[in-house]
Amino acid sequence: MAQSYDRGTVESFGRWREFQAGMWAWILHKLTGWILVGYLFTHIAVLSTAIGVDPGTTAAGMDTYTQTLQGLEELLIVRFLEIGLLAVAVFHILNGIRLLFVDLGLGLDVQDTSFYASLVLTALITLSSLPTFLGGVL
Amino acid sequence: MAKHYSSFKRGNWRWFVQRITAVFLIGALAFHFVTLHFVNHAANISFAGTQARMSEIGYFSLMVTFLVAGAFHGVNGVYNGLVNAGLSGRPKKIVAGILIVATLLLIGQGLRVAVAMSTLF
Repeated sequence: MAQSYDRGTVESFGRWREFQAGMWAWILHKLTGWILVGYLFTHIAVLSTAIGVDPGTTAAGMDTYTQTLQGLEELLIVRFLEIGLLAVAVFHILNGIRLLFVDLGLGLDVQDTSFYASLVLTALITLSSLPTFLGGVL
Repeated sequence: MAKHYSSFKRGNWRWFVQRITAVFLIGALAFHFVTLHFVNHAANISFAGTQARMSEIGYFSLMVTFLVAGAFHGVNGVYNGLVNAGLSGRPKKIVAGILIVATLLLIGQGLRVAVAMSTLF
């Protein structure tokens, strides 16, 4: 029979020096989740420039949607924010896979190792994406 | 240490849907990033290109499902986080109401955007 672990309500973040891998994974999963859902609202707001686009301007790329997206992409800060978003998304995906295994009761003995592996893989994927994200602005 | 750990609680449909959407989103989010950053570079995105993709029924349905799954998974995750941090009683009901309205508005606006991007309608 499954046993559930009651971690209580408010976490004592003052004890952060005592936190182990599982706790850091929990904190990072929450943090990256908040960032991703916040971005989703922003993303739909930016893409809303596609509503009411003048069909006569789309072939030349002079419509509001194209101009807005390409204008944002010309900003270096936006490119760095995209790299940050990729890192956040990749970690949330990899740690999410780890959590699905934990919920299935699989790999519990290596839950700390799999958290470290999520971090290393996130770093590798993010670093290898730098040329793609910074192409044309650096 | 417990022999088996699970955060499952019987009768909690949101727990189940959170995991189902998680499995879907793993693939959909990865596909979205690869398609719109690595195959088509974000700096080259244009309305004409977006319209071509969104006018394919398979891509359109995937993006709409992605929107609904992402909105539920994200907002439900925020709600779970707040409950875990001690939200209860009347404030819990008020927050739940606000989050439900925010989710419906997000999905509604997302659908308007999807339809505007497509020639299917």
